Amino acid sequence: MYVVASTTVDLARIQFATTSIYHFLFVPLTLGLGPLVAIMQTLWHRTGDERWLRLTRFFGTLFLINFAIGVATGLVQEFEFGMNWSEYSKFVGNVFGAPLAIEGLAAFFVESTFLGLWIFGWNRLSPRLHLATLWIAVAASWLSGYFILVANSWMQHPVGYKIVDGEAHLTSVWALLSNSFALRAYLHTMLAGLIFGSIVVLGVCCWHFLRGHDVDLFMKAAKLALIVAVPVTALQLFVGNRFGEAVTSAQAMKIAASEAQWDTCQPCGFSLFQIGGFTKDDETPSFSITVPRVLSYMATGSFDGQVKGLNELQAQEEARSGPGNYMPNVRVIYWSMRVMAFAGVLMFLIAALGAWLYWKQKLERARWFHRTALAAIALPYIAATAGWILTEMGRQPWIVQGLLLTDQANSPSVSAPWIATSLGVFIGLYVVLGIVDFVLMRRYARPDRPERHEELPAPAASY
Amino acid sequence: MTLAIFWFCLIAVLWSGYLVLEGFDFGVGMLLPFVPRNESERGAMLKTIGPVWDGNEVWLVVAGGATFAAFPAWYATMFSGFYLALLLVLFFLIIRVVSFEWREKSDSPRWRAVWMWANAIGSTGVALVWGIALSDLLHGLPLDSKNDYAGNFWDLFSGYSVLGGVAFVLVFAFHGACFLTLRTEGDLCERSRRAARTLAIPACAAAAAYLIWTVFVAIDRNDKDVFPPVLPAAIAIVALVVAAILVYAGRSGTAFALTAGGIVAAVATLFTSLYPRVVVSSPDFANSLTVSTAASEHYTLVVISVVAAITTPLVLLYQGWTYYVFRARVTGDEVYSPEEAPRSSPAG
Repeated sequence: MYVVASTTVDLARIQFATTSIYHFLFVPLTLGLGPLVAIMQTLWHRTGDERWLRLTRFFGTLFLINFAIGVATGLVQEFEFGMNWSEYSKFVGNVFGAPLAIEGLAAFFVESTFLGLWIFGWNRLSPRLHLATLWIAVAASWLSGYFILVANSWMQHPVGYKIVDGEAHLTSVWALLSNSFALRAYLHTMLAGLIFGSIVVLGVCCWHFLRGHDVDLFMKAAKLALIVAVPVTALQLFVGNRFGEAVTSAQAMKIAASEAQWDTCQPCGFSLFQIGGFTKDDETPSFSITVPRVLSYMATGSFDGQVKGLNELQAQEEARSGPGNYMPNVRVIYWSMRVMAFAGVLMFLIAALGAWLYWKQKLERARWFHRTALAAIALPYIAATAGWILTEMGRQPWIVQGLLLTDQANSPSVSAPWIATSLGVFIGLYVVLGIVDFVLMRRYARPDRPERHEELPAPAASY
Repeated sequence: MTLAIFWFCLIAVLWSGYLVLEGFDFGVGMLLPFVPRNESERGAMLKTIGPVWDGNEVWLVVAGGATFAAFPAWYATMFSGFYLALLLVLFFLIIRVVSFEWREKSDSPRWRAVWMWANAIGSTGVALVWGIALSDLLHGLPLDSKNDYAGNFWDLFSGYSVLGGVAFVLVFAFHGACFLTLRTEGDLCERSRRAARTLAIPACAAAAAYLIWTVFVAIDRNDKDVFPPVLPAAIAIVALVVAAILVYAGRSGTAFALTAGGIVAAVATLFTSLYPRVVVSSPDFANSLTVSTAASEHYTLVVISVVAAITTPLVLLYQGWTYYVFRARVTGDEVYSPEEAPRSSPAG
């Protein structure tokens, strides 16, 4: 590693990064698996086919194991703004606090309450009402994601505010809620959620095919997963690409860093891979593969567009904000962008291949594909983590783009030993949670799990 | 009444909602190792709060979010000042949250014991730390001229704040025991009633001592008069004492309504004692953070007020409906019934 964290700001950043990345391993699966389980239960409700009920219960269990950690780790995120970033909290509270408060009041309350109704309501509610509770919880989780991304996007592209006495004051809640950056980030993130859901369901189904376990049942789920995964992964490639344009106008430095583009160019090629070229002393890569004009298109929407280089942007920023280094870590940003994009393409290819095999009725026997799809469960996790590293580290040194620097935003009253303590506690706790969660998810997803409840009647029998 | 004062009251309401609702969840958790005789009864106990605890916890999430939005400076000072205390809260909350979902995932007695204790210790720990921390807001924290916390971890402990923590634990345990008598049947119900009887006097004594001390602290350290803080304090003490009497008279259901009322009145005592400050500074009283200096701008307050005005009644409505749906008493045997899909009997 390049840096051994020595300052309180570095420690606070490491802690926030660790806890947010961890939180976001669970959130997108909640966002994406929720609607799939709801569709399964709807199909059972509509057709009366018991197999859809079994699938609802099977994937519903995975959904809930995952949800529990999402809730537990989400609370950490809300507290951490005040705990570690009190100067930030004072600066942004007027603006940033509002979507967080609204999220709790309008979305998270609904999600938690209705999920409780769904889990325990199988025999207390009419089937129709019981189904509705799940859809309401899912809709609320999607609404919740919107408000969180409104808050995050304000840090990337501040709108609807004015600065009074060194604090940001909200001037237009509509500007905040309709922030173009937020709308695109929302679309991008929700599609990521659906990719999580469908790739995980597909992978679990393929695990069952591999063992020849309940093939008919899981073929239905695999079909559903493919129906979602193919269009969604394809759309995500497009949406992610167009998202670049929003980033360019709000955060030119982030785009330049994600391409390791030191000098302004027109037209600009997209670098697929390069060795070297990541530091000021070594601007020219010793080896690279570049696709002509594609970066221009991604960043500006035109194949002839101009993309400003890191050096020019650095000079501009110094003229505006005073001397300092305004470039993020180019190497990390370049590779996080590549990892995210390549994982995205790979998921599309796997989904398309799966759909083709399904259509040719070869999915059941294509063992090589079963193994691939099972391994591909890791891909959405890798892509989402890389995506957030790109988004958040690409904004550095700013905590709120152009308004507040990260190293001026931490809590003055919180010392390095305190943060070291909390970081140690969170890492220890999260490792244990992660291991238990993985073991449980695996046990409840595996094909050869002893089915001690199999002989029990389905809930439908008691209506 | 200005919007800032309205939000100060609303945050008091959110804390009341959180402590009344999560209070009995905590109480049930604390009693988990002691009241039931077997795993089936333990499952029944957890099932009394199973459908609602997550929704109850959102009251805390919203209290935190509302403080951030309506009083950024309060949120910043309180959360950074209580850094290690809140780390403890998060630790206890997390082990408790996962215990609900994970305990039943294996039949191994050791596994079940681990998560039973995680729930019990988590519930006790959260109650204890919140009691200490909320008392500290009134008792006074060493703040500097920029309202940043200037003390260390041990400055959070005083005789008063520790009594606050103990009172929270005992009252929630009592509150939870009363709740269980309403929601269980037979033997388990009888033993819950006995637990309520055992807890009634210690809980009342601790709460009364704490609330009386609160009034004195408000006078001594926050420049308040005896009135109004003494009024909610008296109501809280009376409610809890009557609850205790009712428990001995065998009417623990009604007692539950009174413990809930007592908790609301106790939160009201604390917030009435705090006003017009949100964090009292000690020894430099002049550095205290007040409602007006900590509040957000008018426009932000208007926005969140509109949202709160629409959503809060709805929250009360659908959460109330949840309690209505799950009003039937829980029996020990029901836990392993097949109905509990998909939570405990996923198809394979």
